[in-house]
Amino acid sequence: MTNRYQKLVSAGPAKEVAKRLGLPRPAELRRYRPSEPLVPGPVLVLGSGASAEPVSEQLLAWGLDVYRHQPQGRRLGAVIVAYDDVSHPGDLADAALELGPAVRQLAPSGRVITVSRPARAGDAPAVAAARRGVEGLLRSLARELRGGATGNGILLAEGVGAGAPSALAALRFLLSGRSAYVDGQFLSVGSENGAAPEDWDRPLAGRVAVVTGAARGIGAAIARVLARDGAKIVAVDVPAAGGALTSVANEVRGTALQLDITRADAGHLILEHALERHGGLDIVVHNAGITRDKLLVNMDEARWKSVLAVNIESQLRMNEAFLGAGRDGLRIVSLASTSGIAGNRGQTNYAASKAGVMGMVEASAADFAAIGGGINAVAPGFIETDMTAKVPVPTRAVARLLMPSLMQGGLPVDVAEAIAFLASDAAAGINGETLRVCGQSLIGR
Amino acid sequence: MASSAPSAPQHPTTGARTVRDAVVIGGNRIPFARANGKYADASNQDMLTAALDGLVARFGLQGERIGAVAAGAVLKHSRDFNLVREAVLGTALDPATPAYDVQMACATGMEAIGSLANKIKLGQLDSAIGGGVDTTSDAPIAVSEGLRRVLLEFSRARSGKQRLAALSKFRPKDLAPNAPGTGEPRTGLSMGEHQALTTAAWGITREAQDELALASHQNLAAAYDRHFFDDLITEYRGLSRDNNLRADTTLEKLGTLKPVFGKDLGSKATMTAGNSTPLTDGASAVLLGSEEYARQHDLPMLANFVDFEAGAVDFVHGREGLLMAPAYAVPRLLERNGLTLQDFDFYEIHEAFAGTVLSTLAAWEDEDFCRNKLGLDAALGPIDRSRLNVAGSSLAAGHPFAATGGRIVATLAKLLHEKGSGRGLISVCAAGGQGVVAILEAR
Ligand SMILES: NC(=O)c1ccc[n+]([C@@H]2O[C@H](COP(=O)([O-])OP(=O)(O)OC[C@H]3O[C@@H](n4cnc5c(N)ncnc54)[C@H](O)[C@@H]3O)[C@@H](O)[C@H]2O)c1
Repeated sequence: MTNRYQKLVSAGPAKEVAKRLGLPRPAELRRYRPSEPLVPGPVLVLGSGASAEPVSEQLLAWGLDVYRHQPQGRRLGAVIVAYDDVSHPGDLADAALELGPAVRQLAPSGRVITVSRPARAGDAPAVAAARRGVEGLLRSLARELRGGATGNGILLAEGVGAGAPSALAALRFLLSGRSAYVDGQFLSVGSENGAAPEDWDRPLAGRVAVVTGAARGIGAAIARVLARDGAKIVAVDVPAAGGALTSVANEVRGTALQLDITRADAGHLILEHALERHGGLDIVVHNAGITRDKLLVNMDEARWKSVLAVNIESQLRMNEAFLGAGRDGLRIVSLASTSGIAGNRGQTNYAASKAGVMGMVEASAADFAAIGGGINAVAPGFIETDMTAKVPVPTRAVARLLMPSLMQGGLPVDVAEAIAFLASDAAAGINGETLRVCGQSLIGR
Repeated sequence: MASSAPSAPQHPTTGARTVRDAVVIGGNRIPFARANGKYADASNQDMLTAALDGLVARFGLQGERIGAVAAGAVLKHSRDFNLVREAVLGTALDPATPAYDVQMACATGMEAIGSLANKIKLGQLDSAIGGGVDTTSDAPIAVSEGLRRVLLEFSRARSGKQRLAALSKFRPKDLAPNAPGTGEPRTGLSMGEHQALTTAAWGITREAQDELALASHQNLAAAYDRHFFDDLITEYRGLSRDNNLRADTTLEKLGTLKPVFGKDLGSKATMTAGNSTPLTDGASAVLLGSEEYARQHDLPMLANFVDFEAGAVDFVHGREGLLMAPAYAVPRLLERNGLTLQDFDFYEIHEAFAGTVLSTLAAWEDEDFCRNKLGLDAALGPIDRSRLNVAGSSLAAGHPFAATGGRIVATLAKLLHEKGSGRGLISVCAAGGQGVVAILEAR
């Protein structure tokens, strides 16, 4: 799916004009298709960190061509930089200066991935400076990449090796087309929990997953992607969206549960349906959400309260019900928004709810870890759906084309892929985190 | 048959096979819409397909081969000769699911569901879907009898001369089309006019009819408000509630409406558009199965479909009211199952007209009627009116003829399941002086 502007400027004479005027030319992103190669070329591993070794081994095990020095005349599928040993800003130089020429050789939709450790309050100042330095370097490099290539990092908590299941799963996610619209982001791996799936093309086989707001937009895409990855889907939406919900449920061969998630007993009804009809509940995706935009000076009670009720209060209540039911291993993924990070004019209510989601996720991590599960959020940027079709055209054009490094809006499937990854057992070492799927945008939403 | 009814006859056995329970698993319908409104350009096939697909989604039946799907429509295009099979082929069900059309006027849905239940009881089917659909908006319009004869003769003609001869028989008045009516072919009276006679004969007052209509609207609205229909209805074409429902209607508002039937009764005319069902479009479907089927598929069991009975009366010679057949069928059904009229926790009496329900109840309370017409020793007696149509009925929801049976069976099954015990009685009258009544039992 491409928008008209994108079609116009990526072909024919318009392409030349756009080039001369310096207009952005969005690239077609590489998106995941089962059984396609993980990356579009060989992988170069740079840096002297200890992670270089296990990472290279895993890449070989995945059947990839791996080089420790740039191969002559070959387009690279990805460059991985092992920065997990840096202890002084001066340590960044060697790999950075090797990375530059390698980026020139990067194939379209190639990947740059750093592996490093997060700076912590107790670190020596030089160590923290070096570690944070990696983040600055990577985020800027991501803005320099073209042709649908992305740059992201993996942050390994102290004591967690690069061979940890979630570190490798994160690596695979970031290399693959599943992360097409994830750019300039860091995924934090906090523990050695998790296990690789038997089949990387069906990582959710045998799982029962509930998706709220599944009748359309991002929710429908989540239902499709989780089903493709092997999960049995319970598709939830309000009765007023029943017709569309039916189509989605029938397409993914799941069941439809018509339910307003703001009901006090929503969590209970979801549990009951999942257990009675599918014999389990392994994944919940809190996707249902609404916007009721107004400047705060014009905000009325109904707009404020309904957004908070649907987007965050319902989730808090449902999570309590799920925790209370002791569903061992339950994994939750909740929809935040870049509005909740950067703020967005006219969205005080929405941003409060979405920042609230991130707060909830951080604060609930320990409780979910205690039952062997986890909770994370995904913060989409500008995604082309019915919800964003309501955004005024000029705002939409700017949001879509100018601000994100990838110079285009994302597709619902891009958000869905990130959610499927975080919902998988292989991601069990990632907990309490928010992953942005925004094409590295500057502004909110 | 009712396993809990002490005096029920023993289950007949065939070889080693015992009659088993037929279970109502759940239902789905699209909201009912007043004719020529929201569904004006939806066909019977569209609506039935939507009702079936909603059922499939609710119970995860995609790709399943269901034992049989039986449904029907009262008003049918000739192109819809295989309506139900065509609908099934358009759903997410396994195309190897057999389907057939049933037609018994407004009792079509009940007859379809009851017969399927019997097949399940006999072990011929493990699963089944019964229901119905009707549209008075997209109704078949036939050419006039005169034009039809001309066209048939024309198509049989071999020579140009014969064709000309055929065409010469055409008269301009033949151009007027024949729209289907709800009038009785043998009396020429509409259903409403027939009921007006019955209503007057039983002395049913305007107030009593308006009160029943009000209760129907209030009960239906309350059921929506408590989310009762969240797993019984699926939104269709932007409608998520029956649009005939007037949650805010009052006795005063109903009282202002002018009589539309029985107008020759003058000031004694009582039947208005408020206490009669409007023409409606809609579709419904009910999933039935054996106990084993439900368990194997992790499906809920709401109620047993215990038994059903059809009735018919001679309204042609004025011996009985057109819509009074259920009054005769119920005592037979009660007798067979060893029950009295008071042995029920819920009564679902289809509100073709408020007058129909009230005439039927009055007849059962009438000593003379019960002795002389029903051949009983005494009156069947009154029912507890607080148990009547507790989630609303046709006056509020509307009445797409063949779809009403499915609406009632699914509603009653859920009511019984919620209560966790007890029985419900269904009574549906139909054109042609017929009716079907049934008993469901909670699971
Ligand atoms: N589209 C974007 O650009 C974007 C960006 C950031 C975050 N998000 C978030 O992603 C999620 C999905 O967004 P979308 O664009 O697909 O929206 P959408 O409006 O297309 O779909 C949202 C769905 O949620 C359902 N829903 C709303 N209230 C509900 C309730 N009370 N109970 C059950 N279901 C309910 C709606 O019926 C609808 O089907 C939302 O949480 C949204 O805030 C979207």
